[in-house]
Formats: sequence, C-alpha cells, structure tokens
Amino acid sequence: MNYHILREFADSWVLLAMFVFFVAVIVWVFRPGARKDYQDVSTSIFRNEDTPAEKEART
Amino acid sequence: MWNYIKLAVLGIAVVLFGLAANYGRDFGYQIHALIFMAAAAITFIYTLRMTGDVKAQPEGYFDGVVRYGVIATAGWGVVGFLVGTFIAFQLAFPSLNFEFLQGHGNFGRLRPLHTSAVIFAFGGNALIASSFYVVQRTSAARLFGGGLGWFVFWGYNLFIVLAATGYVLGVTQSKEYAEPEWYIDLWLTIVWVAYLVAFMGTIFKRKEKHIYVANWFYLSFIVTIAMLHIVNNLVIPVSFLGSRSVMVMSGVQDAMTQWWYGHNAVGFFLTAGFLGMMYYFVPKQAERPVFSYKLSIIHFWALIFLYIWAGPHHLHYTALPDWASTLGMVFSIVLWMPSWGGMINGLMTLSGAWDKLRTDPVIRMMVISVGFYGMSTFEGPMMSIRAVNSLSHYTDWTIGHVHSGALGWNGMITFGALYFLTPRLWNRDRLYSLGLVSWHFWLATIGIVLYAASMWVTGIMEGLMWREVDSQGFLVNAFADTVSAKHPMYVVRALGGVLYLTGAIIMCYNLIMTVRRSPAKADVPAMAPAE
Repeated sequence: MNYHILREFADSWVLLAMFVFFVAVIVWVFRPGARKDYQDVSTSIFRNEDTPAEKEART
Repeated sequence: MWNYIKLAVLGIAVVLFGLAANYGRDFGYQIHALIFMAAAAITFIYTLRMTGDVKAQPEGYFDGVVRYGVIATAGWGVVGFLVGTFIAFQLAFPSLNFEFLQGHGNFGRLRPLHTSAVIFAFGGNALIASSFYVVQRTSAARLFGGGLGWFVFWGYNLFIVLAATGYVLGVTQSKEYAEPEWYIDLWLTIVWVAYLVAFMGTIFKRKEKHIYVANWFYLSFIVTIAMLHIVNNLVIPVSFLGSRSVMVMSGVQDAMTQWWYGHNAVGFFLTAGFLGMMYYFVPKQAERPVFSYKLSIIHFWALIFLYIWAGPHHLHYTALPDWASTLGMVFSIVLWMPSWGGMINGLMTLSGAWDKLRTDPVIRMMVISVGFYGMSTFEGPMMSIRAVNSLSHYTDWTIGHVHSGALGWNGMITFGALYFLTPRLWNRDRLYSLGLVSWHFWLATIGIVLYAASMWVTGIMEGLMWREVDSQGFLVNAFADTVSAKHPMYVVRALGGVLYLTGAIIMCYNLIMTVRRSPAKADVPAMAPAE
C-alpha cells in the first residue's frame, strides 16, 4: 500500500465513482414528480415558527 | 445519579488541572491549566447547586442557548473588529507597536488574535447559534440531547478564550487559522463531536418529512471541519505538561495539508455554513420560499464536490508538484459555477418582492452580503489562475480579497441574521430602530469599499514593483520602497475598518435597545389567516 497504488486507485475508480454519483444526483434532482416535494420542503420554513410540531408530518 | 457522576468527574478535573498548573513547563501552559481549572470549578459549583432539584421536562424550542449565542456573536464581533482596526493602524504607523507591549501586543501576536476572533469567535458563534435555531424550526423538534447545547456553547467559548490568551502568550503552532496548540485542539474536538451529536440528533427526531437544504449545508460544515481539524493538527506533544508539540508531517506534505485545511476552512466554515444561514434567513426575511429548490440541491453537491480540491492554488510556484497546483487551479475555476448558481438562487428569492429593498434595511443587508459572495467568488477563481497569482500572491490584494469575502459576505449575512433573530428570541414586536440599521448598512458598506479598493491599489502596485527590472535585468525596487509607497493606502484601509467597527457598535446598541425598549409581541391568534 504505497503512494502509487493509492494514486492509481484515486484517479481511476474513485474518480469514476465520484463522477457517477455527482451525475446521478443531478438526474435525481430532475426526477418526475419531484415538484410537489420541493414545494413542500421549501415552504416548510414558514411552519412551526414558535413551537415544535405535535405529530409527525412525514406523509 | 447523572449529576453525581458529573460532580465526581469535575472534582477530579479540578485537582488534575491544579496539578498541571503547578508542574507546567511553560507560563502559557500554566495559565491555560488555571483557566481549565476555573472552568471545571465553576461547572462543579453550578452542578452542585442544581443537584436534587426536581425540574419539569422542558418543552418548546431550546432557545436559551441561541440567545447566548447571539450575545456572544455580537460581543466577539466588536472585539474582533476592534483588534483588526488596531493592527491596521499598527501597519500604517509602526510606532503603535508599543515598547512595553513587546512580545505580547505587537502586530505578530495580535494578528492571529484578530483572525481567530472574527472567524472562530464571531463567525463560529454565529454558525452555532443560527444552526441551533434553524435545525429546530425546520425539524419542528426540540434540540436533541437535553443540556448538550449548553455544553457546546460554553465549551466552544472556552476554546476561544484559550486560543486568544494563547496567542498573546506565545502558545501557537504557527499554522495559519489553526494556531492553537495540541490540548486546545483536543478540547475543540470533544466540543465538536458534541455539536455534531446535538445537530444530527435533532435531524433524526424531526417531525418534517424532508431535511431542509440549510441543514445540509450546516451538516457538511460540521462534518468537514471535524475532518480538517483532526488531520491538520496531527502532532506529538513534547510533554503532557507543556504547550509545545512536534508536527507529524513536514515539508511539502505539511504545506499541502495546511492549505487543504486552510482553503476548506474558507469553503466549509465561511462558505457552506454561512450558505446554510442564507438559505434560511433570506427566504424568511423576504417571506417567500427560495427561488429554486432544485438549484439549491445542485448548488450543495457541486460546492462540496469541488471545494475540497481547490487548496493547492495557495501553493503555486512552490515545491508542490505542478500537477497538484494545476488541479487546484482548475477546480477553483470550475467552482465559479456553483458559487454563482447559489448567488443567483439567493438574489432571485426576492423576485416579485424587490420593493422590500427600499423599505427593509435588513433585507438590504442580506442582499448586499449575497452580492459580496458573488463578487469574492469571482475574484477568488481569477486569483487562483497561475499567471494572475504570480502577480497577486504575497501582496495586499490577497488581504483585500479575503476581507471583501469576510466583511461583505460573512459579516453582512451575520448582521442580517442577528437583526432577524433578536426580536424573535426576546419576543419583541420589532427592532428598536430601522433607521439605525440603515446607518449600520451604509457605514459597513462604505467601510468595505474603502478597504477593498485600497487593497487592490496597494496589492497590484506592490506586485508590479516587486517584479520591475531595469534594462540590465536588475530589480528596480527594494522591499522597503514598496512599504513606504503603501502608506497612504494603509491609512485608507484603517479608516475603512473604523467605519465598519462603528457600524457594528451601532448594531449592538440597536439590539440592546430592542431587548430593553421595544414593545413585546402581542399574542397572535393561533389560527392566523393564510396569506
């Protein structure tokens, strides 16, 4: 396990894995049907201003 | 039972720190052992007085620690700006390095005091307080861990006191932005783990379905700072009874680790953490949801995937291999995209509500802060290009760049958050005076403009003078020539600091008067009509 093995690993498989993960995140963001979720979460800051919620809102 | 264990541990700690103070090998270490002993003793007495009390289970949000955080942020802010302004005058007028303060109060000792006071004391307290406020509201749950929030707050501020006294007494390992010595680093690690537990625990017990994007930014800040802090502070103490230590890494490896740490401290402490503030407080103050939630997710992942590689641009033309500094430069330039994506997302949140800029000086403060974020994230990638860096590096241009980011982006968004939080935390109807907020806004903005403009002029001038050669190939200017040429710009810079400091003092007055004089919030009906 020396520097060169790590370096080979880092600029081949790890690089590929990170790139694939990143592209997958962007594809996932634009998945169909996500709009409702995003509307819900982006307006969640206007709820529960003064007290914690009584019950789960995980629908 | 829990209190008895705490008392036993604290009692032993008091004795051990007393012993350490007695046998310590250097003065700074002895002082720090005494500070640790005093902190343990105060906690012991406090715990003793609480023991046996039957307390009702607390309900609602845990806001006491956020209130303390707001006070600490404002207080440390003024201290940090004051020291910064003083050392700016020391640079312009070297006779301010008083003879009787030699070794304690000269520029070399006060400069890390300034940087740590503004970044870690002012910025750190702002991040901890605002993250505790935001994670509770967006999770609709009380902060996890009972009194853990108090441990994080007091523990973190103990770290600040140890670091600050250490710099003045010469307890430093000479790593930029990571100056504190090994035992202070260990203490911060403990506090940071408690911080992570409190934050993550609250997210785990959330009542909302989704984790709001601000929490993602805060979480990446907490996790990455833990990793950076541990790796960059790998040292072996010379003695357990002394402050000195030996670094594990040396040479170019140490330099690369230091700037991997240093740049990601900028990227995750001063950028990701403060973006968490932006994604909560800008929409709240504008009373409309963030412009694009999709863009905010892409902003997050792009930012954390890219920032971590940008560090080597601090080491152009050094022993670092060319490929590494090219890598750092390329990633820095690519970073421009997510940074501006985030800036556009923050600014466009106001679309349809631009009139608020005229009527609400708090939103004006937040908007100019996002504007400065955009400006310094454009300037930074440009300065990371090797050819530009050959002119800008080691000059005052770098100082100007750092301050347009720190004063403009971090400072202004924190002021905005403080103006937002204070009336809500102390249950006040409104701020004491919006006119004073406007005064603060203009003083701070003009102060930053004076600072950044004078540093551009002096930095580029200095860089050009250093590289100027005559027809024979000899250097034209001595180093001292650049120093005397820079004097007028140094005076302008210090005056900019005075304006910025004045604005912060006005803010403190306004916040104090908000708590003392503003009318209390009237009870609103539980079922307010939807807007």
